[in-house]
Amino acid sequence: MTGLWAVLITTFLASAVEAIEMVTIVVGVGATRGWRSTLIGAASGFGVLAVVVVVLGAALSRVPIGPLRLIVGALLLTFGLQWFRKGIMRVAARGLAGIGGHDPTETAEWTESGMDWTAWFLAFKGVVLEGLEVAFIVVTFGAGANNFAGAVVGGVGAVIIVGGIGLALHQSVRRIPRSLLQLIVGVLLSTFGTFWAIEGLGIDWPGGDAAIPGLLILYVATALTYITLERNRALGLRPAA
Amino acid sequence: MPPPFSWIVAIARFLYEFIVGDDWTVAAAIAIGLILSAVLNVNHIAAWWLIPVIVVVMLGISLRRASPR
Repeated sequence: MTGLWAVLITTFLASAVEAIEMVTIVVGVGATRGWRSTLIGAASGFGVLAVVVVVLGAALSRVPIGPLRLIVGALLLTFGLQWFRKGIMRVAARGLAGIGGHDPTETAEWTESGMDWTAWFLAFKGVVLEGLEVAFIVVTFGAGANNFAGAVVGGVGAVIIVGGIGLALHQSVRRIPRSLLQLIVGVLLSTFGTFWAIEGLGIDWPGGDAAIPGLLILYVATALTYITLERNRALGLRPAA
Repeated sequence: MPPPFSWIVAIARFLYEFIVGDDWTVAAAIAIGLILSAVLNVNHIAAWWLIPVIVVVMLGISLRRASPR
């Protein structure tokens, strides 16, 4: 059984990765086009995400735990590997830099009264597009760990904390090392995805749940090795034989 | 494309991006690895090691392919 802390930490970090982009978009739109329409758009986006989480969560709760772990494990593993790979490439290329650069959402200032539908749509789209992957991770991870409430608390907690930082400090959220967070979450999702997919096939792990830290160590060592190789390759160096 | 069809296409595109992403060979290798693990298990051969090995090997191959030459 996966512990509450593992569920909270994994869903919190996964949600934080996407929340950085989400908050950057919402704060950027709000600062330039006004807050009222932007916040209504963001709230509408969160409403859509809440419906996705509830509907998907209810559907998954009806599946028996064996097949559920195979499906959830395989999904988390294939998705986790994408972040694992992107995280290695980005950390190797940029180290611990944040997303930085020019704010992609900068638009003309809105001075009219009434609803600004451009701001509403930009905030809504930013929340839904960035949040949909997190909604899937929260639901599937919660289902696999048999701790749906813990997964939702972790996911929502990250959005509230990153959102609070974004609203209070505006540009500071762009300096959070998103690439490193993405790599950590990729490693965690790949670890639990591997464990649950194999368990879902009815295969016993040597040592039972103690195999999880073993997998984590293997994947962390893999990440460190590939980051070193990528950096050497970028510098035109050959790894020592 | 009218709305119901465009929504279906958008959902299908999201699911493909979520599950497969930009390197389909990794997802294919995981799917084949899970099938092989099930076959080994049915024949009472230890299979827990296969997916971790595929993960490590396929990550290396995928990174090498994605790196600028």
